[in-house]
Amino acid sequence: MIIATLVPLQVVTLTLVAVAATAVVLTRDVQRQILVNGFYGFLLVVLCVVLAAPDVALSMLVVSSVGYPLVVLIAIARSRSK
Amino acid sequence: MSRRVRIAVFLPALAVFAALLAWSLLAIPRFGDYRGPYGYVLNRVATPERHMTNVVTAVVFDYRGFDTMGEEFILFIAVMGVVLLLREKGRERPGDLTDAIGSDAVRIGGSLAVGVAVLISLWLIAFGFITPGGGFQGGVALASSVVLVFLVASWRAWKGVANEAYVDPFEGLGAGGYVVIGLAALIGGLPFLTNFFGPGVAGTLSSGGSAVFVNWAVGMEVAAANLVLFGEFLEEYVVPLARS
Repeated sequence: MIIATLVPLQVVTLTLVAVAATAVVLTRDVQRQILVNGFYGFLLVVLCVVLAAPDVALSMLVVSSVGYPLVVLIAIARSRSK
Repeated sequence: MSRRVRIAVFLPALAVFAALLAWSLLAIPRFGDYRGPYGYVLNRVATPERHMTNVVTAVVFDYRGFDTMGEEFILFIAVMGVVLLLREKGRERPGDLTDAIGSDAVRIGGSLAVGVAVLISLWLIAFGFITPGGGFQGGVALASSVVLVFLVASWRAWKGVANEAYVDPFEGLGAGGYVVIGLAALIGGLPFLTNFFGPGVAGTLSSGGSAVFVNWAVGMEVAAANLVLFGEFLEEYVVPLARS
């Protein structure tokens, strides 16, 4: 049973997610990559919202914008200080 | 490996994976095609039965509360592993580290933001069974709000609010509290983790029965687990700074 069809807003967001994901892969410098990845994560949050999944969006918001970048940034700092 | 060999290995692999991806993409159901019966059933029965208006939370903390307990312990054990690897006893304490933020605007504005963020996080946990949110979402948000203290103030201020001496017990209390609530149902003659206390009035804070306490236990566990995790990682960052 079809309960929903794609609306233009969802198509636009999906396209932006695809563009941002490619940008993450194409960024070579790790520090910049974390920034681009944060932007990509934020687009995933928007995607969850336009797909009517606010509960997922809330966890995604914090994990992609704070948790993950923090852990990776510190791991990079630590490996450079050695 | 030379460039030519790399390409010779990469191209066949690319072809195989592209073919597999195309094959699976052609076979997936259309967008919005929902095949499972449970979503329809739960959307219909969750609010009348459990008086929770957020069906996601009703599923996570009530209908499949036992699975969530497993998930919670995955987080607990993962964080325990990080602590085992990174926490060193008697390691030099970066007590004299002068990393305090110089800008008054950043310090004052940031400190105000901490209060607002903590309040929103607590609201996310408390109203998790009424509006979107819940223990997991609110818990990670709460831990992140506290990280702001490190970002806008100093390492010493962070140590003041997120010291492992009192964050660790909260983590155990949250994880253990979940099991205790499950056992309380068992003592009352009900199956493990059965929702008791009566459902209350839907749409108000006094709804959801004992699943609300499960929600708070998870909120406490997730917030504390993330604080422990961030604390261990921040220490990895700060200790070499203090040494140099």
